[in-house]
Amino acid sequence: MRRVLLRLVLACGLPAVLFTVWWVASAGSTDVYWPPLRTILTAFPDVWTADRLRGDVLPSVWRLAAGYALAAVAGVALGTLVGSHRRVRALCEPVLEFLRAVPPPVLVPVVMLFAGIGDTMKVVVIASGCVWPVLLNTVEGVRAVDPVMAETARSYGITGVARLRSLVLPSAGPQIFAGLRQALSIGIILMVISEMFAASNGLGFTVVQFQRGFAIPDMWTGILLLGMLGVVLSLVFRLVERRVLGWYHGLRASARRSP
Amino acid sequence: MRGTNAALGVAGLAGFLALAEAVPRLGLVDEEYLPPAGRIAVALGDEAADPAFWTALGDTLTGWALGLAIASCAGIVAGVVLSVVPYLRQATASTVEFLRPIPSVALIPLAVLLYGSELRSVLLLVVYASFWQVLIQVLYGVQDVDPVAEETARSYGLGPWARIRYVLWPSALPYVMTGVRLAAAVALILAVTAELVIGAPGLGQRIGVAQTSQAVPEMYALIVVTGLLGLVINVGARAVERRALAWHQSVRGEVAV
Repeated sequence: MRRVLLRLVLACGLPAVLFTVWWVASAGSTDVYWPPLRTILTAFPDVWTADRLRGDVLPSVWRLAAGYALAAVAGVALGTLVGSHRRVRALCEPVLEFLRAVPPPVLVPVVMLFAGIGDTMKVVVIASGCVWPVLLNTVEGVRAVDPVMAETARSYGITGVARLRSLVLPSAGPQIFAGLRQALSIGIILMVISEMFAASNGLGFTVVQFQRGFAIPDMWTGILLLGMLGVVLSLVFRLVERRVLGWYHGLRASARRSP
Repeated sequence: MRGTNAALGVAGLAGFLALAEAVPRLGLVDEEYLPPAGRIAVALGDEAADPAFWTALGDTLTGWALGLAIASCAGIVAGVVLSVVPYLRQATASTVEFLRPIPSVALIPLAVLLYGSELRSVLLLVVYASFWQVLIQVLYGVQDVDPVAEETARSYGLGPWARIRYVLWPSALPYVMTGVRLAAAVALILAVTAELVIGAPGLGQRIGVAQTSQAVPEMYALIVVTGLLGLVINVGARAVERRALAWHQSVRGEVAV
């Protein structure tokens, strides 16, 4: 009982302290840029009404999901292809290294040329930024398949889709998820940036709109909402990862217990 | 074996360039949108002859380097303090887990209001984004310290400072290096983003200007420059990592193979 209590105090103590400090320190604030936390929190429900959630937050999340899914599928598919053929890998490696090194936000102006400023542009921007970490991590993961397992599969005559499903993808799984995780934070960045650039709705657009109109407490609520979105998405990601890679974490934990 | 790989790599690069030249020339894509590689190369040459380009490159590198340095130092110090002081790690775990996934671009409006389009806006974004990369890796690294080594140091009467210096730091170093390498890439992304969106001086701002003035080849040339910069940073970070960890098993193993 005391243990549980201690853990609860440790987990909630600092956030509570920080919240209180922010609340108290900003209580009488007359600084335009740092409004009292109270003002921000009371503004929150007024700003993010159901209407706005539907009109701005939902489109943003939808674009992120579409772009991210596209990048995940393309990255894993291409990565498996490139990773399982040594020559293809050698052929593509320098080009891929270069394309990965391009900071994704500079893609926004390029994609705008081709796709205008509609939803397509945002989805393509998100997809083309997220695809590189997934692709390169898949290549690495596929390349590092345990040779003994690969030989075993070969001698049992396991080829094609069965080999892919029961050997290659599971053993590359942890790497693929590492890539997906990096891609998620890049995706959120690109979602916000592409909307700040050119959009008529969306989270990034709305927050910049508040800032330009000097609606400072409203802007702060937008920053808080963006932060919450980031936290929620990372929680969802972790749940999915724990589900899909449960066998892997279990394996590692048991390996650690019995050295 | 290595020779063939290198040759294939060069062939791949040449093929990519040829494709970038051929696709617009054949009219598969509008030349207005994707100029042939030759035109981009010419634009790149023009840029290189322009002193303003070099100033912009310098500005971007300044923002990147300063931000990375601040974030790395802060991340390492915070990571070590959090793990050495008892209970601090547990007490801060939930806060770190909450603050880390907050996208740094959420701070853009705040940066604009507070600092306008100055270097400080860039630094705010760069430091916030790269700090977590370093901190998390340091925390993992400290967790990975061999308990036997730690106990041995303790029983030989090494003080807290000596233990940090001779046990904790070397064990955590591989993780610290990974963290700094990841942070270097993230810092470049955020530096260019800040310049592009906020308009702080640098390569990103030049890309924005080229875009609004419809100077498409220049825009592509600048994008190629940011890519090359990213490439140099990645390769450089890996080289530094290998150098600093030359004694470590993971690198020694790599060399032996």
